[in-house]
Amino acid sequence: MIPLSHYLIVAAILFSIAVAGIFINRKNLIVLLMCIELMLLAVNLNFIAFSWYLHDLAGQVFVFFILTVAAAEAAIGLAILVVLFRNRRSINVIDLDDMKG
Amino acid sequence: MALPLAKQFALMVPELFLLGMICAILVIDVFLKNSQRNVTYWLSQFSLLITGILVLTMNPGERITGFDGAFVSDPFSVLLKLFVVGITIAVFVYSRPYMRDRELFRGEYFVLGLAGVLGMMVLISAHSLLTIYLGLELMSLALYAMVAFQRDSGRASEAAMKYFVLGALASGLLLYGMSILYGLTGSLDITRIAINLAHSPHPEVAVGLAVVFIVSGVAFKLGAVPFHMWIPDVYEGAPTSVTLYMGSVTKIAAFAMVIRLLAEALPSAHIHWGGMLELLIVLSLAVGNVIAIAQTSIKRMLAYSTISHVGFVFMGVFAGTDAGYAAATYYVLVYALMSAGAFGMIALLSRKGFEAENIEDFKGLNQRSPWLAFMMLLIMFSMAGIPPTVGFYAKLVVLQAVVQVDQPWLALYAVIMSVIGAFYYLRVVKFMYFDKVEEVVPVRLKLDAGILMSFNGLALLALGMFPSVLMVYCTAAAGGL
Amino acid sequence: METVYLIIALAPLVGAIIAGLFGKKIGKTGAHTVTILGVGLSFGLSVWVFVRLVFQGMPTYDGNVYTWMMAGGYSFHIGFLIDHLSALMMLIVTFVSLMVHIYTIGYMAHDEELWPSDSQVRSTAYQRFFSYIALFTFSMLMLVMSNNLLQLFFGWEAVGLVSYLLIGFYMNKESAIYANLKAFIVNRVGDFGFLLGIAALFAYTGSLNYEEIFSQTGKLATATVMLIPGQEWSLPSVVAILLFIGAMGKSAQVPLHVWLPDSMEGPTPISALIHAATMVTAGIFMVTRMSPIYELSTTALSLMLIIGSIGAFFMGLIGVVQNDIKRVIAFSTLSQLGYMTAALGASAYAAGMFHLMTHAFFKALLFLAAGSVIMAMHHEQDIRKMGGLRKYMPITYVTALIGSLALIGFPGTSGFFSKDSIIEAVELSHIPGAHFAAALLILGVFVTALYTFRLFFLVFHGRERMDAHTRAHLHEPPWVVTLPLTLLALATIGAGGVMYPLLFGDFFRSIYVAPDHNVLAELHHHFHGALAFLIDGFLAPPFWLSMAGVLVAWDVTLYRSKLGIHVHSRLGWVRTILQNGYGFDAFNDYVFARGARGLGRLLWKAGDALLIDGLIVNGTARVIGWTADRLRWIQTGYVYHYSFAMIIGLLVLLSWYVLR
Repeated sequence: MIPLSHYLIVAAILFSIAVAGIFINRKNLIVLLMCIELMLLAVNLNFIAFSWYLHDLAGQVFVFFILTVAAAEAAIGLAILVVLFRNRRSINVIDLDDMKG
Repeated sequence: MALPLAKQFALMVPELFLLGMICAILVIDVFLKNSQRNVTYWLSQFSLLITGILVLTMNPGERITGFDGAFVSDPFSVLLKLFVVGITIAVFVYSRPYMRDRELFRGEYFVLGLAGVLGMMVLISAHSLLTIYLGLELMSLALYAMVAFQRDSGRASEAAMKYFVLGALASGLLLYGMSILYGLTGSLDITRIAINLAHSPHPEVAVGLAVVFIVSGVAFKLGAVPFHMWIPDVYEGAPTSVTLYMGSVTKIAAFAMVIRLLAEALPSAHIHWGGMLELLIVLSLAVGNVIAIAQTSIKRMLAYSTISHVGFVFMGVFAGTDAGYAAATYYVLVYALMSAGAFGMIALLSRKGFEAENIEDFKGLNQRSPWLAFMMLLIMFSMAGIPPTVGFYAKLVVLQAVVQVDQPWLALYAVIMSVIGAFYYLRVVKFMYFDKVEEVVPVRLKLDAGILMSFNGLALLALGMFPSVLMVYCTAAAGGL
Repeated sequence: METVYLIIALAPLVGAIIAGLFGKKIGKTGAHTVTILGVGLSFGLSVWVFVRLVFQGMPTYDGNVYTWMMAGGYSFHIGFLIDHLSALMMLIVTFVSLMVHIYTIGYMAHDEELWPSDSQVRSTAYQRFFSYIALFTFSMLMLVMSNNLLQLFFGWEAVGLVSYLLIGFYMNKESAIYANLKAFIVNRVGDFGFLLGIAALFAYTGSLNYEEIFSQTGKLATATVMLIPGQEWSLPSVVAILLFIGAMGKSAQVPLHVWLPDSMEGPTPISALIHAATMVTAGIFMVTRMSPIYELSTTALSLMLIIGSIGAFFMGLIGVVQNDIKRVIAFSTLSQLGYMTAALGASAYAAGMFHLMTHAFFKALLFLAAGSVIMAMHHEQDIRKMGGLRKYMPITYVTALIGSLALIGFPGTSGFFSKDSIIEAVELSHIPGAHFAAALLILGVFVTALYTFRLFFLVFHGRERMDAHTRAHLHEPPWVVTLPLTLLALATIGAGGVMYPLLFGDFFRSIYVAPDHNVLAELHHHFHGALAFLIDGFLAPPFWLSMAGVLVAWDVTLYRSKLGIHVHSRLGWVRTILQNGYGFDAFNDYVFARGARGLGRLLWKAGDALLIDGLIVNGTARVIGWTADRLRWIQTGYVYHYSFAMIIGLLVLLSWYVLR
């Protein structure tokens, strides 16, 4: 049987990759959306691992909710992306600097 | 322990009613012509009013939990919900003329606004990690959409994108913290988490890790340094009507989340999060107050001032005593009132084709409308914490709470920072009263907005003179936690 | 009962608000109806409370009705303490106020004539006046009914404010503006001491509630305070003197008395209500209320004795040379307040309160009679232009005579009982300065009689010196004026004999007198009933002194013997000194007003402009502005920087946790 810690480490690595992706990526906004997705999945992995380990279903229920919310979030994110593209003709992260200071 | 199902549902009658009304308004709005949009507006106001009354009538006076501990109704939640509903009503009144002038007067704003209120109400009453997450996301998703509401504005969509990305990141951090907490305690229920953490041994590192992530998540939602970066950009980019909404009521809900997570779930880890909050407080007070001085846009200035106010709210929480929680509650409620007034004033002074965005736009307001200038004076005085306005008392109780837990230096630091902060509030006053404008454009003001603004401003003064009117409820709310 | 007390206090306030804010709508009749109803209700309920307390043995009420705020473990309340002392004060305040309200209807009826025709406030001046006096009644009631120092201070400041507004009621008159400014500033000096006293008490006892403060007197008695390093002062003395400084301002004691004569710029009903009968007694009341503190300090008592007796004698002396009818009575008020203060100094608080009450009646009576004369004389106030009014105004004449007799302490009138007990109490006192004080007080009796009857004879007797036009219109004023005069005259005659026995019993239970100070108890041994006291009065020196005073007054005004004229011409320099009021005003103007302006200019130039503005304010402002500009660069506008900041923040929190 694979010990709990292995799951946790994988989840932590995934989470870190996602977070790193958010602040290292300067090109495409869609990559950011993907990173967010990845981050939530890493959390899901955590919850499922704990749930299995603790023999408690609540964690898995939580995961279902996270998945649903993530879908809604992605929808809104893409909608904002479309609006942004229509206004700016660009989805480069580096172009989003109208407001600062 | 377990209430009958009907009784459990009775706990969330206001939320259920609001949900029903949101659906109804969404459908009705589709069938309305553009000229009939007022119907949507009045329906929304009506739903809020009834929701408020429902909240008031079901005041339990003590804590009642339902749905296996996931939903709670206590004096704290009733007080906060009442303020959320009441201030949202004011927000809608202030934003109506603004949106009509900009062809933003569409049903979606109200539906999204009401959905946000629903999210906040769930968040305020949430007593399990799951309900907290759901309430938070319901609120946030509505907000992302509202910020992007002005579809032809590049800045609004840029602001929405920034807010969305950073907000999702913060949610991710919060969730990660929650997952660790769940793994440690095996429960999602706040009460059980607290009991479990207090009574059985846990690896210190894991608890600390969970606390760090949770503090980061809630700090983002309130906007404490260094998780504050989104605030100025989003406040500036969003239409003023939306800034008004997110600047006032959402802080109350975010504060409820802080209390539920830190004070109720993690009281045993106070030594961990107390120190972290102290760091955030010190940074927030400095950054918020100092950078605000260099701003020319009043929306950005108020955004930075928000950050410094968040520092004060956190100070109350930091104290970790009942008095501290009561003081923080008082502060956040008063802050919501002040910020609704301030952003509302910006919305009211804007006209078709003109945004009163810059501090300079307040020049000579006294010539244009002495009464509005006086209201703005009260709001600015209150934000700066000058007696006899309530802002002074709010700061006072928070500082007292901090001094009581033997942190006089933090209190002194906060006082110094507030003095620096007073500078930019008073600069607005100076512009209004001592600078003259060449052409005096009279302010056209709708009756309802005028009355509400007067009420808003005078409430700050009245509460300042009779502070205990509200403090009594805050103390009761904190005592019932 | 709480509700009753609330109604007593708030009814005048409601009247004031209605008359003040809606004065234009409700008109003159509406304004005086609503305020008189309010004050009348208060008076009726005060009588009821008094009767229940004094005759039916209702227990003292002490409770809070509202918590104003809580701060740092201290709570500040609005509450009432209703014992015999406050019930008596409530009775006096509401009674005199009601009389003045009724009287004002007549006095102010043609007030518009005194305003310039283009004045904007002219049309509502009448309503404004009623609003003010009702507001005053409310403030004064809050002051006397309070159970804590904070509310007392509120009432204290509120009556000061109303007094300020009323002295400057004729706001287009420069002298009125000067007078109200003066009253305001002089009172500020007193209030400063008062506030320091309250603060000191609060610092040592941790409470502002009377009950709680007095329960700690044992601890206070030995407490010391170090104001100057190396000098330990007894705390009760410091507190008592600071509080007394406040009382000096409000109750016009030397040298803070200078505002009271000038306050006569206000309309006459106000002089009666505020500057004679009620507000100026606030200081006396406060000292009486705080008697447990004062009993701890012989120094403070001695100070009060001396200041009071100086005022009683020397201020009366000034009254002798005044020619303005109201100013004579104003100086007489100063002198009588001196008597009360001296009584407090001799620990004869009950006698002081007693004199406060009788004085309130007869002084209000005298002022209202003076107002009646002024009305009849078409607002001429110079007594040299009056004379022989007796036959034109019989009611005013009789009532003024009663008032004057009471003022000089003619046996049988109320003034006799109260003033004689003060003099005897001071004679019996062993506090340092008591002999000096007693001598001045006894001499004061002569002076009192002199100025009182000089005024009386000049106004009502002798040659008619007014012009023909005025004489043709001389008549008795309407019933709204004469009714209060009559009622006050009845009170003046009756109050003394009726209330006198109360002086010795435990009527004022809340007053605490140290056993070795208790002169009134000693006085009680000599006392064999009011009648015996009355007969004794005819034989005692004060009576003969006052008779001598009347005689001299008659001589200088009516008979005009050689002796009088001789003295008059030889003592011209004394007259000049007295007319200048011993030079207090000149001194204040020269030293304080000019000195303060000079000091202010110096501080502004050197301290403010150079040091504070130049270095501290602008210096820090520049540094902060510079920092702000730099810090703004952090906010680059790029999402990845923002998220990076968040991650850094997270890592900092994490490392803080790990490294801790």
